[in-house]
Amino acid sequence: MSADTTPIATLPVTLTVNGRKVQRFVEPRTLLIHFLREELSLTGAHIGCETSHCGACTVEIDGLSVKSCTLFAVQADGAAVNTVEGLANPDGTLHALQEGFRQMHGLQCGFCTPGMLMRAKVLLSENPDPTEEEIRHGIAGNLCRCTGYQNIVKAIQHAAATLNGRVFQEAAE
Amino acid sequence: MNEMVITRAEREARLEGMGCKRKRVEDVRFTQGRGQYVDDIKLPGMLHGDFVRSQYAHAKITRIDASKALALPGVIAVLTAEELKPLGLHWMPTLAGDVQAVLADGKVCFQNQEIAFVIAEDRYIVDDALQLIEVEYEELPVLVDPFRALDPEAPVIRPDLDGKMVGAHGPRKHHNHIFEWTIGDRPGTDEAFAAAEVTVKEMISYHRTHPSPLETCQCLAAFDKVKGELTLYGTFQAPHVIRTVASLLSKIPEHKIHVIAPDIGGGFGNKVGAYSGYICSIVASIVTGLPVKWVEDRMENLSTTSFARDYHMTTEIAATRDGKVTGLRVHVLADHGAFDACADPSKWPAGFMNIVTGSYDFPVAHLAVDGVYTNKAPGGVAYRCSFRVTEAAYCIERGMDILAQKLGMDPADLRMKNFIRREQFPYQSALGWEYDSGDYHLAMQKAMDAIDYRALRAEQKARQEAFRRGETREIMGIGVTFFTEIVGAGPSKNCDILGVAMFDSAEIRIHPTGSIIARMGSKSQGQGHETTWAQIIATELGIPAADIMIEEGNTDTAPYGLGTYGSRSTPVAGAAIALAARKIRNKAQMIAAHLLEVSEYDLEWDIDGFRVKGNPERSKTMTEIAWAAYNSPPPGLEPGLEAVSYYDPPNMTYPFGAYFCVMDIDVDTGVAAIRRFYALDDCGTRINPMIIEGQVHGGLTEAFAIAMGQEIKYDAMGNVQGASFMDFFLPTAVETPKWETDHTVTPSPHHPIGAKGVGESPNVGGVPCFSNAVNDAFGFLGSTHIQMPHDAWRVWEAAKRLGAHG
Repeated sequence: MSADTTPIATLPVTLTVNGRKVQRFVEPRTLLIHFLREELSLTGAHIGCETSHCGACTVEIDGLSVKSCTLFAVQADGAAVNTVEGLANPDGTLHALQEGFRQMHGLQCGFCTPGMLMRAKVLLSENPDPTEEEIRHGIAGNLCRCTGYQNIVKAIQHAAATLNGRVFQEAAE
Repeated sequence: MNEMVITRAEREARLEGMGCKRKRVEDVRFTQGRGQYVDDIKLPGMLHGDFVRSQYAHAKITRIDASKALALPGVIAVLTAEELKPLGLHWMPTLAGDVQAVLADGKVCFQNQEIAFVIAEDRYIVDDALQLIEVEYEELPVLVDPFRALDPEAPVIRPDLDGKMVGAHGPRKHHNHIFEWTIGDRPGTDEAFAAAEVTVKEMISYHRTHPSPLETCQCLAAFDKVKGELTLYGTFQAPHVIRTVASLLSKIPEHKIHVIAPDIGGGFGNKVGAYSGYICSIVASIVTGLPVKWVEDRMENLSTTSFARDYHMTTEIAATRDGKVTGLRVHVLADHGAFDACADPSKWPAGFMNIVTGSYDFPVAHLAVDGVYTNKAPGGVAYRCSFRVTEAAYCIERGMDILAQKLGMDPADLRMKNFIRREQFPYQSALGWEYDSGDYHLAMQKAMDAIDYRALRAEQKARQEAFRRGETREIMGIGVTFFTEIVGAGPSKNCDILGVAMFDSAEIRIHPTGSIIARMGSKSQGQGHETTWAQIIATELGIPAADIMIEEGNTDTAPYGLGTYGSRSTPVAGAAIALAARKIRNKAQMIAAHLLEVSEYDLEWDIDGFRVKGNPERSKTMTEIAWAAYNSPPPGLEPGLEAVSYYDPPNMTYPFGAYFCVMDIDVDTGVAAIRRFYALDDCGTRINPMIIEGQVHGGLTEAFAIAMGQEIKYDAMGNVQGASFMDFFLPTAVETPKWETDHTVTPSPHHPIGAKGVGESPNVGGVPCFSNAVNDAFGFLGSTHIQMPHDAWRVWEAAKRLGAHG
């Protein structure tokens, strides 16, 4: 296989990222994850596999969970993209999910955490009070190597309780 | 009086010291995307590098042509072995005393071996250039099966060792032989077997797998030509060792190398060793004068930077008819791949495999390990395990079940009958270890009661009868495991890495206002050291953990240490922390005595300061003492309040645990449903129960994956079959069982705070527990041993083989 050595033309993209409008010229082949991390210096979303299996790169696009390693930046043109950097409340306090993960020991090395949080955010927007089984299925696209998921499930339950005005009783194990 | 008690409790609680479920300080940044991992670091002018890799498992390289790649705009350079040769860097030493090609030197010995390193302006151009490099090969016969490695006509994998019949660990008996390592009493063991009433023998394989942290191995090398200094950011579990090795190889003086391990996205043993990517990035940065980043992708990670296990253990146990073990004989065939790059302490070519007598009082034992080369990736790292302890635990725990089956004894009862008794500690094992402490009977009984073991056995018996009557297609397995770990490497008398003794260190500095910065030679990859190390200091020095900052991973500021793996941080660095704190407390006592105008001997420690014995109203808090240490120290005493401690442990620590798994297997689909998994761990003194439980959950999930499907397989041509997350089993939240955890506490008598380490116990104990459950389920159909991994296909095959399909 031989690569074409002519420079690749760039295309304009306009996105709303964490509520802020951004405009850039990108190569058509630039993946969204690289655009976010390299171009916008939003390094919260991570690259764990580049094959859509691990979910470390999960971001929210127009209300949906998307693995940003498998989408070109140009495909997100015009979209509203939310990343973990924009998750905290406007007053700077932690979002209920961030607080839930901290309270329930839902993270260890932290590498899967941004993707897991952004996935959980969409999950709770679709199903505000999920059962444990619904949470387990809901996060099945996000791999974690450290926690064994048990406390991630509790973290999401903790957040759901907070967002529904309840107090989550169970302790982290 | 009541008020007094509450005040003391409040003072205690305020510290968030040892034993409390302190929330993690790391989480504040990690939950906001503010962690800083290697690939998050961008330096001005930074270049990217990646490898051309071999498509063959064994071949001569007849030609490498990089001219088309070099003509591509944005490509800066291409390194091959030819470019590294003048620097003497085309080969590198491994931690195991072997050498490994940094870039293939005339031939490749495993698929995906590094051939050339391409450096370009961005990672997309690197990928373009990789396609343009032409490599011509002449294929060679491939050796995949380790059992054929020592055949007289087996292919020669390492012609560079031609004529070298003595390796780093003694004589080599064949061109593919690496070492033979033996320990124990061979004639005594042979006698025990000759005299035995009962013996069992089984070849128990522990397949090849991979630690696969979610963040792959990566580094960023930045050489400053003007200063002659190298800054190396990397995913390093042992940053100081990397600095020393980098200095020895590059000839850059060690003080001019700044190794920085920032946040690390999981390690599990994968990030201990030195890899070609590090060497090539450093060379590329020296050559170009610009920073060079190397980030491996998942395929590269799974297929090149280290594997784990691949031990084939022929296990024999001798016993009396009533179930008392009288001897253990194990021979291991160890498949090391093409280069021996095991990350073991240097004197231990088979790690601590000689913990294979496990939790049992074997009067005599013998172990022999033969390491061999094959056309597979190098490695042999301790995947969440202390240097082959997982292999050893799997070997003995499967072996004990096989013996129980032969004797017609319950496997839990057989273990109880043979446990080392509490009064035997410190216990000298037949293979040379001194177990520090344990109460195995107590732990086992607690676990059996917790799961109502006898009732489960009765249920299983009823299920077997129902299965025979054709009333159910589901069989039930109960996995029993009692493991003893050996962690905390290690005493300098027998543990070193390339000559560097395996001590660890801590430096604690109290500021005038009573807050603390402390630095260690350990390096967290998710273990939460920033949280737990502060808890040890809080208890020892009476300063709230919230006022203590922990810093690891920067070799310029942290004291020299050997890093974090093998569950060694708490046993070694944790001890150094306590001892450094105690040095400070001794000085603080002198200062407090001066301030209170009493003798030091009239003072006693009380939660967060010193008080006068018999007159508790007169006291000084550590915060008051800190101010005085700088501003009004006693005459003749130097100002300041800080200490450093280097801790050379007197012995290993020996955590243990009792694990039980209840499993239901559908014989027609091979699907195993985990009904219950109960894990009782004894890791001595518990620093943060929340973090311990979290580590147990994570380790059990890894054990579940390994036992039930995770494997790095090769076909007959040496093509690696499991090198993506499509093929390599990492459980999701759906497959992962729910974990029940429990504990007993038997402090280590030789550790300053009695802690033993826990991170790896669940992997060590979990794998045999799952495997024993599968084997236990099929035992009544006449099976003695089914090899791992127990994925649905293999379980189905076993069911078919045993006639369960009618």
